[in-house]
Amino acid sequence: MSAPQRKTDIGPPHYKDFLPPVIQKNYGDWKYHEVINHGVMVHVANNGDKLWSVRVASPRLLSTDTIRDFAGMAEKYCGGYLRFTTRNNVELLVSDEKNLEPLQKELKSKKYMIGGIGSGISNIVHTQGWVHCHSACTDASGLVKVLMDEFADYFTTKHTPNKVRLAVACCVNMCGAVHCSDIAVVAIHRKIPVVDHDKVKNVCEIPSTIASCPTGAISPDPAKKSVKVNPDKCMYCGNCFTVCPPMEIHDPEYDGVAIVVGGKVGNLRSNPKFSKLAVPFIKNNPPRWPEVTAAVRKIFDAYMAGAKKHERVGEWIERIGWEKFFKVTGLPFTFQHIDDFTIARETFRTAATFKW
Amino acid sequence: MAKKHQTPLLDELEKGPFPSFVTEIKKAATKSDMAADELGQLEKSYRDQRGYWKHGGIVGVRGYGSGVIGRYSSLPEEFPNVANFHTVRINSISGFFYTSKFLKEMCDIWDKYGSGLTNLHGSTGDLVLLGTTTENLEPIFAEFSSRGFDLGGSGSALRTPSCCVGPARCEWSNINTLDITYSITQEWQDEMHRPAFPYKFKFKTAGCAVDCIASIARADCSIIGTWKGKIAIDQAEVANYAKKGTNISEEIVNRCPSRCMSYDGKELKIADEDCIRCMHCIAKMTKALKPTGERGATILIGSKAPFVIGATLSWVIVPFIKMEPPYTEFKDLIRKMWEFWDEHGKNRERIGELIIRKGMREFLEYIGVNPVPQQVKEPRRDPFFFWTEQDLQK
Repeated sequence: MSAPQRKTDIGPPHYKDFLPPVIQKNYGDWKYHEVINHGVMVHVANNGDKLWSVRVASPRLLSTDTIRDFAGMAEKYCGGYLRFTTRNNVELLVSDEKNLEPLQKELKSKKYMIGGIGSGISNIVHTQGWVHCHSACTDASGLVKVLMDEFADYFTTKHTPNKVRLAVACCVNMCGAVHCSDIAVVAIHRKIPVVDHDKVKNVCEIPSTIASCPTGAISPDPAKKSVKVNPDKCMYCGNCFTVCPPMEIHDPEYDGVAIVVGGKVGNLRSNPKFSKLAVPFIKNNPPRWPEVTAAVRKIFDAYMAGAKKHERVGEWIERIGWEKFFKVTGLPFTFQHIDDFTIARETFRTAATFKW
Repeated sequence: MAKKHQTPLLDELEKGPFPSFVTEIKKAATKSDMAADELGQLEKSYRDQRGYWKHGGIVGVRGYGSGVIGRYSSLPEEFPNVANFHTVRINSISGFFYTSKFLKEMCDIWDKYGSGLTNLHGSTGDLVLLGTTTENLEPIFAEFSSRGFDLGGSGSALRTPSCCVGPARCEWSNINTLDITYSITQEWQDEMHRPAFPYKFKFKTAGCAVDCIASIARADCSIIGTWKGKIAIDQAEVANYAKKGTNISEEIVNRCPSRCMSYDGKELKIADEDCIRCMHCIAKMTKALKPTGERGATILIGSKAPFVIGATLSWVIVPFIKMEPPYTEFKDLIRKMWEFWDEHGKNRERIGELIIRKGMREFLEYIGVNPVPQQVKEPRRDPFFFWTEQDLQK
């Protein structure tokens, strides 16, 4: 059988063709919504129409079998309509209230996790990892799995003072939103790249390799028709490896993850914030990274104990002060915590006010 | 049939309540040799604590320079079925809405031509098909495009725009996020499919400042819905929230960043001229508070992950712009920004990095936007500033 006729530059189909009738009817005309529990919310239109969304956890990496199963349940209970959230959960869109219970019953019988709505821990935004990326120095899917297992209760039933957004990035490229999450794990290198001069000569463009370095650590090595790396300047970011693969930066013995905290993207109450360094390094320990889950748990428990209602992790830390954050979490403060990159001086304390 | 690999380490990740990606790969591996070898190679990564994928090579479909990311195993003898294991990015639907009919067809195509593994969705918002061979790329493209679907962006091109759920299912949206996303995607198909930019460019559209799509952190151009009128207050609903346990003074009034609210136990008052539209009060009392008046968007530019100069959040360029179809004013503004970037940007330099390098003045003058205090947190602190000949004549 030959393939059908291809078409180019048609773009995606119009979204209207994928909206359930209740949305088509009430598009832009919603009055309010209520979170019924972590798994279900209802949106009410100005004319009284209702739409229930049942949110279900997904590992993001889905087999066609599982997608067909979701599609089947959407057909059975939702007129064939479903959507995915920006945090990779599945939302089954129910417009007939009598389908709400049977749907949840079927989901539970199939061991799906219902939840992720409201003040709790939703799914973890993450990257490709060892599953499918060349620059990964940890596995994102594995870390997501062990962290979500650890905090599963906060996805399904338990509440936090405000949303706690977790993220995992398998290298400092940060294809996930690690730089603005409440608690995030980012994989890092700690050794300078090893230059394979013979290959650099043949594979790499020298000027763009030099230009890729944020700290000016790479200079030409004319004798070898290659480049050399100044170990005093290199901060192991791996950007050179991306433009010039023979600058091998991976080193399983020294690679691992850092934990950053206190970021947010929403404007509510306080401005969007970057995440800041809490734990500079934990060695990779697959398959379940117990040291990482323990460190995240320690930070999370301190937040739960200290935060006021509606405070995000970053807002809690700003209220108590970073010096107090390190005290209440018991995390050691090290040279790595003091910035020496592009915005360092903005982070120094230029006041005599701080806590003991 | 591919070798069945033993996976003692990955098996540990099938334990626990959260759905397991390992289980997903195993499901696909019952039908696909590619998925079976993916599983085997991943187990080896877990054992050796390193990845075994090579840099992407140039592969794609005829006439396109993006949409497919070449991926090759560095261990093709050991795992021959993932020697080629390319990613195909399918442009998702605005708001990530799907029908079961399409998803089932997608699964049938993907079982026939690929590994059966997907990401719903990738970080940028594409429907990601994970792992196929070079010779299957054309048939996959024909199957999808004949059904009305197209490839997304990759490389130094416009990346697949994405948005929050917006007016489809949210009472807070000030703009039609789904339509804006659809319109800019359709407008700039060439920019998406034939990479001609200095580097990648991402649009993300959020209906309000809650920013559920993380536009301010993850898009070169962040479009965030806002309004210019007052917040209408339904005092009876405020009383209802108080009755049901919301401490209005503590949770709403005292949490207001611009201190523009007051509450005497009976009546909530808002000094609208001091409101900065952060969304906290509206999000916590959605039945009681509603924005009114003119709607539009704030256009911010420049957010990205840490490479090369450190992570950036987008910053305000145009405080308010109307966003109504066909979005001509907005699209013209973007075209001017791209012209500036095209003229001055270095290879692999994002537009935000370029603006930081060249200065906001040069950028604003080029795109024809006047300086306004809304663009900065505070004026400069240093006494070093440029004067042009023209400035001196004023």
